[in-house]
This record gives sequence, C-alpha cells and structure tokens, in this order.
Amino acid sequence: MKQGQFEQLYQPLWQVLEMQIVELEKSGGQLTGDELASFASRYRRLCHFHALARDRHYSSHLVDKLGDLVVRGHQQLYRRKQPFFQQFISFIVAGFPRLVREQHAYIWWATALLYVPGLLIYVTILWQPDLVYTVTSPDQVSSFEEMYDPANRTLGAARESDTNVQMFGYYISNNIGVSFRTFASGILFGVGSIFFLVFNGLLMGAVAGHLTNAQFTETFFSFVVGHGSFELTAICISGAAGLKLGYALLAPGNVTRVESLKRASAIAIKLVYGVIIMLVIAAFIEAFWSSNNILMPWQKYLVGGFLWALVIGYLVFSGRQLRGETASVERGPV
Amino acid sequence: MLLDTRQSLETPEGALLPLTPAGFGVRALAQILDILIRFGITTVIFIVLSLLGRMGIGLALILTFLLEWFYPVFFEIARNGRTPGKKWMGIRVVNDDGTPITFGPSLLRNLLRVVDFLPMAYLTGIVASLCNRQFKRLGDLAAGSMVIYDAPPLAEPSFAVRGQLPVPAGFSTDEQRALLAFAERSNYLSAERQSELATILQPVIHAKDPVIAIKQMANTMVGKQ
Repeated sequence: MKQGQFEQLYQPLWQVLEMQIVELEKSGGQLTGDELASFASRYRRLCHFHALARDRHYSSHLVDKLGDLVVRGHQQLYRRKQPFFQQFISFIVAGFPRLVREQHAYIWWATALLYVPGLLIYVTILWQPDLVYTVTSPDQVSSFEEMYDPANRTLGAARESDTNVQMFGYYISNNIGVSFRTFASGILFGVGSIFFLVFNGLLMGAVAGHLTNAQFTETFFSFVVGHGSFELTAICISGAAGLKLGYALLAPGNVTRVESLKRASAIAIKLVYGVIIMLVIAAFIEAFWSSNNILMPWQKYLVGGFLWALVIGYLVFSGRQLRGETASVERGPV
Repeated sequence: MLLDTRQSLETPEGALLPLTPAGFGVRALAQILDILIRFGITTVIFIVLSLLGRMGIGLALILTFLLEWFYPVFFEIARNGRTPGKKWMGIRVVNDDGTPITFGPSLLRNLLRVVDFLPMAYLTGIVASLCNRQFKRLGDLAAGSMVIYDAPPLAEPSFAVRGQLPVPAGFSTDEQRALLAFAERSNYLSAERQSELATILQPVIHAKDPVIAIKQMANTMVGKQ
C-alpha cells in the first residue's frame, strides 16, 4: 500500500485518538462512556499503524508523528492510579503498623543502634562526668544546662502562644530534616543511617547523663517524656528504612543490586510516610505540651507514659484483625 | 549509527517508545534555576512573615522546610514531572517504564537528593549518572525514575522549494530522516555547503540539482506541494 493511500484510509482513526489524548492531557480532562471504552483498542490500533509505517519505510515524518502519538497515548493509558488520599486512612490504621511489624528486624537493629550507645554513655557520664565534653562542646553543654535549670522556670507562667508556634516550626524543620537525612544516607551501604543513629543516641545519652549529674532530672525528663514517644520511635523507623536500603545493596540475593535497591526502596519509602506523620505529631506535642510549665511533673509523666503505651500499642497491635495479617513475608538481616 | 542517547522502551503493545535521557549538564542548569526560584520565595516569605513576630518566624520555618524538601515533589506530581527549572530546560521526570512519575518515587528521589549532593555539588550523583545508560543518579536508581527530554513539538516544515519528487525506493526510515534533516537544516547552511553535502547522494538520485531534488523529496515526505 502506498503511503498516500494509507494516510487517506486511516488518518480519521488517529485524528480521533489524538483528540482524545489532548482531552486527557488537560488537567482534570476525562473521557466518558463509549469514548473511554474505546480508548484502549484505538491505542492498540495506533501502535499497529506505527509498527506498519516503520516496517514499510513510510516517510519519517509520518513515522515520527505516529510515534509521538504512541508515547502520549502510552502515558495516558498506563497512568498509575494515585489513590494517595483515599488510602491515607487505611495506611494509618493498618498499613503502617503492619509494615513496621513486617520489617521488624531492621526496626530492632535501628533501635539498638540508637539506644545502646545512648545508655552506655549515660551510665559512663554518671560515673565520669567530664566525659560529656567528648560528645558535645562546652557551649552546647551550658546552653542545655540553662534550658533545663529549674531556677530559670517561673512556675505557673506558660509560654506565650506565639513562641509555641515559633518552636513548632523549628521542631518540624529540624526533626523531620534529621530523620530524612538518617533515612537517605542509608543508601551509602547503611553507613549513613548507622552514623546518624549512633550519633543521636550518644548526644541524647550524654545530655541526659550530664543533666542527671546536675540534678536537673525532673525538668529534663518531664520535658522529653511526652514527645519522645513519637519522636524517638520515628527516628528509629527512619533509620530502619535507611538500613533496609543499605542491606539491599550489600546483600541483593538473586537480583541485581539496582533491582534489589528498587524493591527495597518501594517499601522503605512507605515507612518514611509514617515517620513524617509521627514527627508532625511529635513536634506538636513538643511545642504545645512539653514546654508548658503550668503542668506538674507528675502530670507530664502520666501523659508521657500514656503516649509511650499508645505508640507501642499502635505499632504492635493496630491492623492485626483486619483481613488476617500474613506472617512476615521478608526476612531482614539476621 | 546515530550518535545520540536515544533509547527505545518496548511497551506491552510491542510499540517502541523513543526516550532521550537527559545528562547532568542540562539537569544542573534546571537545578540552578530551581534553587534561584526557591531562594527568591524564601526571601519573600521571611520578609513578609517576620512582620508577624515570633508566630511569623514559626510559619516561615515550616514553609521553608516544605519548600526545601517538597518543592520538587509538588511540581513533579502536579506538573507531570516538570519543576519550573526542568520545564525551562525542556526536561521532565518519568518512571523508568515511561509512565508519568507518581508520588512515592518522586518523594524517594528527592529525599535521596541529599546523598547525591555529597560530598559537594552533586558529585555522587554525577558519578552515578555517568555509570549507567539512563543517566540515573542514586535517587533515580532507587526510585526507578529517569529524567528525559521532552519531545519537541513537530513543527510544520517549510523547505522553500516547490514541487515533489518521489523518494527512491529502498531508502530506510533513518536514511529518509537524514534527507528530511538536511532539508530542515538547510537554512543554517551556506549554498556551497548545501551543494557539497547533496552531491554526495548524486550517484544514488541522479538529479540535475541534488539540493533541490532532496528538498522536493522532503516535500513529498511531509506531504507538501
């Protein structure tokens, strides 16, 4: 068949398809009824025309025009659904805690990497107070002392609410930034995540140890107990997500390293979704609850204990009954 | 053989999608543009919101945090893979099966940006992108995404020559493309260079004036008189 005949015969078909594609490419553009039903078959015919045109060495102009339509049609036909907001609730109720349980090996490793160095240095500093300066600078130490010195707290004076908003902004940008870096640096064969987890654990333990020596225990622990539940757990989970990336590169199993990384990332990024939500909650508690000086320490300990129970209970139990949770599908590093 | 980075991706229909991955040069320019835009917005945010005192600072911190981490994610999702800088440079992000980028991969590749940046100026990302054929930095490798050139819109061609001449049978699609490219680019070539190039084909096409003959063949191909 000559190109002229070919074009004359089939042009109306691909012109219709082009109109449909243009309609779909508009934001919010939609096809309805018959048009929608016939889109896929029209697209397949277009692919056929494109292949024919190439095979018969029709002019490159025609081949390119059909090729362009094929690309655009493919983009529309294989557009992945993005049910992000619809699935949001089910993710919070079941998806996220299930995922955390499924990836428990990474979670435990990250938890150990955060808390073990922290506890070790805490005990060490109780025994040798000067060791705090190996972890932080004297300036930082004195600023922490000032922050938690009970003498600096005028009892019964709540912070101004606009200061709370300022601190909320600071906690959001600082804490979520830290957890993003803890996660992302895991792609360096896990080294980055391990570094951030251990470093934050050491810093935490050192400050806690030093303030215990300085007898500021009550102000310090009553401050951190509330938001610590969400914040520390979230840091552990983001570290675990990072470790998963690193482990996928180190031990890819039967697939290539790149493929293994891709598969691990698809799971790890879902952990990060949950981490973001948890850290926003943590920042909220830290800015508006933990800093409140009107409350008695025992009230804060009580609520803090409740929040810890809530976080752990949520991660351990939530989503178990819904449509039978399968036993852990994948084994992490053992 | 054509010396370019174009790659074909086979779809379930057996069609070959031509995709041209974008290298780090053009992506760096896009990134610089995005950084400038972000810097501009950040400055405006801080100037305006600092008028509101501490509460304003808090809001500004949240907004700049969102801007730092989610600016690319937002545009890649809402604008079909194009941040303003990428749009300017004519490139965009797609999943590596050629479909539009989705939320998860976009967030992933933009979080891993901090690692690609290490130790400075995206050195890790540049090295990684030179090690594979799709110019993927680490974030792209993990997310299964790639940056491609937007196909330029097919322009209505005009070759300043009237009349048609049939293309000799046996010219492959690529060879036809070369004829067409010659006709399209002839505006940028001197008359002498045009005839020098066209004369190479003289043994095959046996025309009186090969330049005009090739342009007339180009007319035939695009269906112009």
